[in-house]
Amino acid sequence: MSARTRELIGLIPVSLLVSAGFAAVLLTRTEDVSDATATYGLVFLGLCVFAHLFIRSRLPDADPYLFPLAALLAAFGLVVIYRIDAELAREQAQWFVIGLMFFCATVVFLRDHHTLERYRYTIAAVGIALLVMPRLPGIGSQVRGAYLGVQVGPIQFQPAEFAKIAIIVFLASYLRDTGDVLVRARLRPLSSGRQVLMFVVPALAVLAIALALDLGPAVIVLLVIFTVSMAAVLRERPSIKHFGPLLLIWGLAMFMLLFIRDLGSSLMFFGGFLALLYVATARLSLVGVGATMFLGGATYFANTVNHVQQRIDVWQDPFDPELYDAVGGGYQIAQSLFAQADGGLFGKGFGQALLELPNGTSILPAAETDLIYAVIADELGLFGAAGLILAYLLFASRGFKTALVAGDGFSKLLATGLTAVLALQVFVIVGGVTKVIPLTGVTLPFVSYGGSSIVANMVLLALLMIVSDHARKGRARMDQGGLV
Amino acid sequence: MNRQIVQLFALSMLLFATLVGFTSRWTVFEAQDLKDQALNRRSLIEAQQIPRGLIRAADGTVLARSVPRGSGQRRVFERTYPEGELFSHAVGYSFIDRGSVGIERFRNAELTGEEDELSSIFSELQSKAPEGSDVTTTLDMDAQRTALDALGGRQGAIVAIEPSTGRVRAMASSPGFDPNEVPTDRFSRLNADEEARPVVNRATQANYQPGSTFKVVTAAAALGSGKFNPDSIVDGASGRPISGVPLGNFGGQDFGSITLTDALTNSVNTVWAQVGEQIGRKTLVEYMNRFGFNQDPALDYPEDQMNASGVRNADQRLLDGDDGFDVGRVAIGQGGAEGQIQVTPLQMAMVAAAVGNDGKLMRPRLTEKVVAPDGRVEESFEPEEQSQVMSPESAGELAAMMSRVVEEGTGTAAALSGVPVAGKTGTAEVFGAQLNQLWFIGFAPVEDPQVAIAVTLEDQPLGTQGGQVAAPLAAQVMQTLLR
Repeated sequence: MSARTRELIGLIPVSLLVSAGFAAVLLTRTEDVSDATATYGLVFLGLCVFAHLFIRSRLPDADPYLFPLAALLAAFGLVVIYRIDAELAREQAQWFVIGLMFFCATVVFLRDHHTLERYRYTIAAVGIALLVMPRLPGIGSQVRGAYLGVQVGPIQFQPAEFAKIAIIVFLASYLRDTGDVLVRARLRPLSSGRQVLMFVVPALAVLAIALALDLGPAVIVLLVIFTVSMAAVLRERPSIKHFGPLLLIWGLAMFMLLFIRDLGSSLMFFGGFLALLYVATARLSLVGVGATMFLGGATYFANTVNHVQQRIDVWQDPFDPELYDAVGGGYQIAQSLFAQADGGLFGKGFGQALLELPNGTSILPAAETDLIYAVIADELGLFGAAGLILAYLLFASRGFKTALVAGDGFSKLLATGLTAVLALQVFVIVGGVTKVIPLTGVTLPFVSYGGSSIVANMVLLALLMIVSDHARKGRARMDQGGLV
Repeated sequence: MNRQIVQLFALSMLLFATLVGFTSRWTVFEAQDLKDQALNRRSLIEAQQIPRGLIRAADGTVLARSVPRGSGQRRVFERTYPEGELFSHAVGYSFIDRGSVGIERFRNAELTGEEDELSSIFSELQSKAPEGSDVTTTLDMDAQRTALDALGGRQGAIVAIEPSTGRVRAMASSPGFDPNEVPTDRFSRLNADEEARPVVNRATQANYQPGSTFKVVTAAAALGSGKFNPDSIVDGASGRPISGVPLGNFGGQDFGSITLTDALTNSVNTVWAQVGEQIGRKTLVEYMNRFGFNQDPALDYPEDQMNASGVRNADQRLLDGDDGFDVGRVAIGQGGAEGQIQVTPLQMAMVAAAVGNDGKLMRPRLTEKVVAPDGRVEESFEPEEQSQVMSPESAGELAAMMSRVVEEGTGTAAALSGVPVAGKTGTAEVFGAQLNQLWFIGFAPVEDPQVAIAVTLEDQPLGTQGGQVAAPLAAQVMQTLLR
């Protein structure tokens, strides 16, 4: 069976799911299934078949599971948004169509992703410009303390969604070139005496100083990890010329914290960067230095930027009466947890969750974007929510698989970076909703309501599939060669 | 590079597993804590959106219904009580801001259609909106009205039970309140009334001295123990020392040596105190336990709205047979410094019912059946035996003795034309106050009792007697139920 046939078969359950989902929601609304249900399912199936035919002609060898998984997530999101607000679902469906158009356009205009390498500094500049936009007077807008939105005339969008792709493309390209020079291959192993001298002595020294200064346990752990990692990095005698850009990235992440004031997107960007750095250099020490520097910077800003500090406070105690009703206070995360508690193992069923107070005001703030996962856990329970996470895990596995089979370093890094940043985004928002980390305003990829999110993630999907197509094509040729 | 990519995937798996772990923490493991969190008003809001089932009297009359306010998604339901004050204590009330009491509280799960998780999945598949089931009670409209009218606003209570099934036919407590007024300020003022305490269900919550009605319990123990029979002769002279202190009869009357039957007919304190001393504390407490004393009544009613009957010391602790209370005085419904016998009207109705039902105590109950919204009977409550208090022979002897009370003794005012009635009167001096607690307990018809009853009035003036004031009220309610 060809890859494309498998893809087509994979789309059948997706259309069934979207039909069943709409039927369930409609039933709770009107008591009878209208023709609209079947229409939704058929239209969605039609769109997917169209996209499938397009992929068949343009990317015949691409991974067969990526597109059905993305379609599944989008269909699922559409049903949940429809349940929250039918009008929003109609808009989201339009965004899905526009997203598909962007998907096709990306594939048509970017026949070979290696072209991107040529424009890496331009792309980096665009990415940074996108990140700065929300702070520009006139077009930037502040939502709940964070600067994430841009409004130009009637068009409103979230530049960070697009910036993440630009930054990943740049990093993949940059690290392909410098990854090898950042570290010295084949260092001689150290004797145990030297190891003590290099790692244990500085670690103990830092520990002693930290204890003397009476710093908190978290800070001490950070400092020790930083010292040991730094020692390992310095042993490679890195050149400032190659490390300069990395420091720049760290600075950029800190800048985002300070100017965009959003912990979540900073974490997403910097996490994606560290993932690429690790894959490019195979050095955990670099990750150690980067992570501790990020956490150190984040802690510093948490103590100085009120908005970030408050996010952390309400994360630790959502029920704190002093902050509960404040702007950006504990109310949102508390309501998220209450909604999940209502869900139980199997959930209350589509259309059954409590979203509105009797007077019509919403009980879950931002239910269709930030807190959509809480709505899912409420209506479909632990099983439904775990199923959603599983779909993301499958998507990630196909993304990483694409990276594994890719032939060249840039393709590998690009696929890894795109997959990692998407997985991290899922972690940041679901982790926020479930109180694993402080809640920040990031969308749930493909599922949350939002045009920027859908369009950007469709472009991300297109890039992944282009890489996949090239990689598998190369492998298919090798197989044929073997036969001859 | 590939090794690092695989490690990265492993890390993603770990992160996603953390997400699932935390989701299960909130949806399952700590869900109850979150639901109980004071800031969580979801259950209250949802409860408002579910139409509670009806509560009906035995004949189907609606006692409580939910009426919608607003429309569409914003529709909420509020409780109204068409019969007003009539069933205020038995049925209770349910309001979001005031909580719930009575049957409304005890049958909340049924009334709101609460389902376990599995069956709620099936309802989801059928897309049924949650809807409560109807509860049909055992309460009789006419008997309840007669009972409440008979009390006439005086502080007291009347409980009527069907002896063969335990069905509670009337449960009246006075003064009462109009449950429709519970959400208003007027209710707060009523609630603050320390004297009349209209919200208290006297039938199940009051601790009254039973007076001579308790002699029925003593007689059951005496006959059941085999030490006495109805013709046993005991010296009934007034002023006999009981626990070392002389005990007088009502009005200082001397009866000489008389049978137990005569002693019950004339409610002779000295005879029954001696009987109590001879059977002893252990036997008396044993028979009390069989009648349901010393535990919350097994009624389908909220536990915190019921009190156990029994011998209580000054700290209100229930005493058992090993505690040294004045058994002679407890046997006649009084007591001493070590402990006083205190009862609820419901308990005394159960005593009468057990004697009338051949010594077999049926578990009292207020709910007849639960009917689902689709008309299917979800739950039907069959009569259930609580205990065999005494042999049918002893019960027959005691019933004959109690018949004499109504035929020619202190309880003649409870007599009904054409229907033999058995009963016992009681007049207890309220400890430390110049007031009487008046009682009548009994059942009718004697051979095949359809109704057992307990009537009590508190704080009546000195000189009034149970036989004169309480017995006629019992006659009215029994008459209504026997029609």
